[in-house]
Parts: sequence; structure tokens; C-alpha cells
Amino acid sequence: MSVKQFRPGFDRGFHNLTFGLSMFVLLLLVAILAYLVMGSIPVLKNQGLSFFISSDWNPVKDLYGALPAIIQTLVTAVIALVIGVPVSFGIAVFLTELAPPWIARPVGVAIEMLAAIPSIIYGMWGLFVFAPTFGVAMQHWTMANLAPIPVIGPLFVSPPMGIGIFTAGIILAIMIVPFITAMMRDVFTTVPAVLKESAYGLGCTRWEVVHRVVLPYCRAGTVGAVMLGLGRALGETMAVTFVIGNSHRLSASIMGPGATISSSIANEFVEADSKLHTSALVTLGLTLFVITFIVLAVARLFLLRLKKQSGH
Amino acid sequence: MLTTFKKSILGGAALLMAAGVFASAQATEISGAGATFPYPVYAKWAEAYEAKTGVKMNYQSIGSGGGIKQIKASTVDFGASDAPLTKEELDEAGLVQWPMIMGGVVPVVNIKGIKGGDVTLTGAVLADIYLGKITKWDDKQIADLNPGLKLPSEAISVVERSDGSGTTFNFTNYLAAVSPEWKDSIGVNKSVQWPVGVGGKGNEGVASYTKQIDGSIGYVEYAYALQNDLAYTQMKNKDGETVAPTAASFAAAAANADWAHAPGYYLILGNQPGAKSWPITAASFILVHKSQDNAKTAKDVLDFFDWSFKNGSDIADKLDYVSMPENVVDMVEKTWTADVKGSDGKKIW
Repeated sequence: MSVKQFRPGFDRGFHNLTFGLSMFVLLLLVAILAYLVMGSIPVLKNQGLSFFISSDWNPVKDLYGALPAIIQTLVTAVIALVIGVPVSFGIAVFLTELAPPWIARPVGVAIEMLAAIPSIIYGMWGLFVFAPTFGVAMQHWTMANLAPIPVIGPLFVSPPMGIGIFTAGIILAIMIVPFITAMMRDVFTTVPAVLKESAYGLGCTRWEVVHRVVLPYCRAGTVGAVMLGLGRALGETMAVTFVIGNSHRLSASIMGPGATISSSIANEFVEADSKLHTSALVTLGLTLFVITFIVLAVARLFLLRLKKQSGH
Repeated sequence: MLTTFKKSILGGAALLMAAGVFASAQATEISGAGATFPYPVYAKWAEAYEAKTGVKMNYQSIGSGGGIKQIKASTVDFGASDAPLTKEELDEAGLVQWPMIMGGVVPVVNIKGIKGGDVTLTGAVLADIYLGKITKWDDKQIADLNPGLKLPSEAISVVERSDGSGTTFNFTNYLAAVSPEWKDSIGVNKSVQWPVGVGGKGNEGVASYTKQIDGSIGYVEYAYALQNDLAYTQMKNKDGETVAPTAASFAAAAANADWAHAPGYYLILGNQPGAKSWPITAASFILVHKSQDNAKTAKDVLDFFDWSFKNGSDIADKLDYVSMPENVVDMVEKTWTADVKGSDGKKIW
């Protein structure tokens, strides 16, 4: 077979086909955005900007305020990152720099399998196993040891129920660790062996090699991995719905029950029969869309600056 | 080689399609969606009905609000809701509504050493617990109702429904009937702004949270309390008598219901008088379109409910639901004759 057999028409057809598919993605994005914007008009018209700063969520009076959901979405995601990123980094460094192959390979496979577990399973595990054991013990401990501390004490006040914002953050951390780890590991393996070997040759310790050679080389990829993890934590729905306690209240405590944007939508969308209630939920969706977009944009900007600094 | 392969695939597909057409011509299927509260009994009825007549009833328990939405959009043959629509809402959407089955909503608690029926509450105390005004199990108001019962000095964790639900509608309706403060500050709805507590999704969600959290109180449909082995409370009813949730006390509350004078069968069974009445009794409703495009399907749907009214009470009793009394069934079937018509205006029932 030679290339001559393909007619130019085939090439053009293929080009048009792939072009059409790409345009379809753009169209889809625009369509979703348009749906969200149109759906949010009724509640924004009715309540204006107070939708974003009010903490009342009252279906009886048809008053909706998204502040608790927005704040608690961010809080759970931040808790997840604070716990998840150092752990993932540690695992990735161990797997790429320290572990012998006989252990690196099975652990690597395990990480990939963990990343493939559906989120609802993490939710069920969180509710039935984690919350009644570690969750309750943790809340007993924080109530006894942290709650009496002045100023930061109120952050840790909650009856020991096991479920709550902090529990949701931990479950999210467990969920994003495999993601971030898998990406970091892939990025770390792209560091040319020559670079690392020269550093070792100069007498660098392992930590110095990781800190001075591997990390600078992979900055962009590492940030990308963290941002992907953050994106997943922000949008995660089912696992959070199981363990967060689903209450629309703003409280100082990060131990108590709360609700995220996506958990509110999952809980209420089916049963929202007033027009404003549905619209309020769609507007929550739009808000999440915007937050995620901002996170991605900040990540891009950050990467651009890094690239400029390192002169690539 | 390739063509034979293609042919055999096509042939196979044609066979499958033919088989599909044949099967669907044989089996009649009716579909409904809505309330989770009566789902256990509808599912059992459907099973028994299919065994007898071959007509398959497919019910999705997606919640009352969902059921109303689906029947309005005509994606199902009937909708089911625990919160009745008012006469105006029915007329506006062109729907007919009738009560199908009754049951009870029961408060359930999880306190160490406390079994079902040990604790007695009044509506006012229950409302104060859900308002966050009573926060400990050894509160004087609870102790006064339960002399001789040792309750721990433990915080009360309130569990409620996080999703909109007919169960919540009936529960908040009762609390509003017994507590003016509840009526003014919270109100009655399928979902409300809870002042305290954690929310579980569905009856199952409330049951599992209640089971897990020490010192918790929740409210579920009676069948879920039994299935999950949860400790129910007794309640003091409108007449001041202490009653336990049983099919008999639900039936006692239902006996007082005056369906004949309720336009569009809009009637809520909460806080009924009567010495034996369970105070949080609820009816669950069925919704169909007044004008039916497909007269045969409409007839199949009404046949199913007719059969369930007349033959379903054993099944309902076993699951601790209460069937509609005969005079109400007569009224309902007269409504079918009068209001449910084919698109050509012909009677269906």
C-alpha cells in the first residue's frame, strides 16, 4: 500500500471531521454557560447581590443566600489541599527517588487503582467507617483540647457526631491524594537522569536533589497536579454529601456540619419545585463554574510567571 | 467473508428488534414516579399485580417534588406525592388527585440503653428540640414527660431531611400545628430552613445518621424505623393521650379524616383528634392528567389502582401502612369517572 491510494478528499474530510468535533466542545461549553446564566436570572433579579452575601437559605420564604455554601466549598477544598498535597508529594518523591522497583511498582499500581475508585464509594466508606470511628474520636479530642483555647477555640466546637466540614475535608484529601501523586510521579520521572546524577556527583544529599533539581525542573507540572486536585476537591459531590452533614448554616466551627455548593445541588435539585429555588441552585452551579474557572486561570498565570522567571 | 459477517450481524439485529417488538406488544407497562414514603407498598403491589395480570408497573421513588414535576411534564403515566396539591394547583396543571395510602411519620432516637417506646414526647417538646431550644436529653421538659426514665446528660443531635420531601412536609405541618413559634419562624414546606442539626438524604439517610450519631433524634416513615431497628418515641396526641406508632393508631387518626368535604382531596392528616390517634399520620397521593391521550394506558393505570384499593390491604397491613376505607375508595372511583377523560372527551373509568 502506498500513500497514493488516499485521495485528497479523504484528508479534507478527516480534517473537517476533527475540526467539527473540536467546535462541538466549544459549542458545548457555550451552551452550558448560557444555560447556567439564563437559569440564574430569576433569583438574581429577585434578590440581587444579596444572593452571594446572605446566609439565609429558606425555601419556605423563597429566600436564598449562597454565602455558607460558597465559604464551606472553599474551606473543605483548602483542608483537602493542606492535608493532601504534602502527603502526595512525599509519596511521589519516595516512588521516584527512593523506592526500589519491587516496591515502587506495586505502590504505583495501587495509587492508580485508588484514583479510579468512584467517589460514592469514598463517601460510603467515610460515612460508615471513618465518621463513627476516627471522626468521632477526632471531634472528642478537638472539643477537649482545642475548643477551650481563646480566639481559635470556636473553630473546633462541635458535638462529636463524626460528620462535618472537617471530616469532608479529610475524605476529599484521601480522594485527591492518588490523583496528585500519580501526576507528580509522572512529572518527576521526566527529570533527565543526567541532571540528578551530576547533582549526586557533586555530593548533594537526596533532599537537596529533590529540592534543588527535581522540583525546579518540574515546577509547572507540580503546580498543575495541585490545581487538578483542587479542581476535583471543589467539584466533588457525592462523597461530600455523605459526610458533611448538609446544613445551610454559617458557623465559625470547621468541625460542625455544613454544605458545599455541589452537595446542596445534589440534595435539593430534584425536589426544588418553586422557580426561585431551582434558579438559586442553578446560580450555585454558575458560582462553582466561576470559582473553578478562576482557580484554573490563576494556575495558568502562575505557570506563565514561572516560565518567564526560569527563562524557558 | 466480510459481507457474510455483516449479513449475520444485520440478521441478528433484525431478529432482536422483532423480538423486542413482540415482547412489548405482549407486556403492558405503566410507569409512575414520586414519593419515597409509599414506595415499599407500591413496589409490593406492583409485584403482586404483575404476577396476577402480567401488567408491569414501574415506579421510581424520586421524591414527591420530582413526581409532581414528572407528571406535569407527562414523562410518566402517574405521579405520586405526600404533599397534596391544592385545588387551584390541580386545575392549573390539569391534574386529578386522590389519596392512595396512609402511614405514619415517627420520631426515632439513638440514646444508649433506650429501646423503642421508652421515651414519650409532646409535639411542643419535639418542636423545641427541632428549634434548638431543648439541647440536652436530661432537660426538665423531657424528664417531666418521662418520670422514672433515666436519660443521660447528653447533647441532642438533631437529624433532618436535607432533600425536599413529603415526609418533611407532614412533619413540619405537625410541628406548626402544635407550636406557634415553629409556625412563625420556620413554617411548613417540603424543605425548610432548619435552625439546628444535620441533614440526611432520604428516609435512608436520616435513618443511617440517627443510627450512627449518639444522642440523635430524627424522623422517618414508620417502615424505615422498623427496617433499621430504630428506637421510636411515643407521642402525646391532641387529646393528651400517649400513643405508640402502630398501624392501629395511624388508622385511628385516618378514621377522623373528612375526605368528602376536601376539594381535590386536599387534606392533611396531622394532629387529628381522637384518643388513639397517632399525631403525625400522613396520606400519600396519586396524580394523573385529566385529559388522557392514550385511553388504554390510562385505563391500565386506573385498573392497577382499583385492584390495589380492593386487594392491596393485606400487603399494606403487613408493611404497617393503612389502606383507604371503602367509602373513600367509592368517592375516588366516582372522581375517576367524572374527571378522567380521553382526549376525545370519552369516559375512561
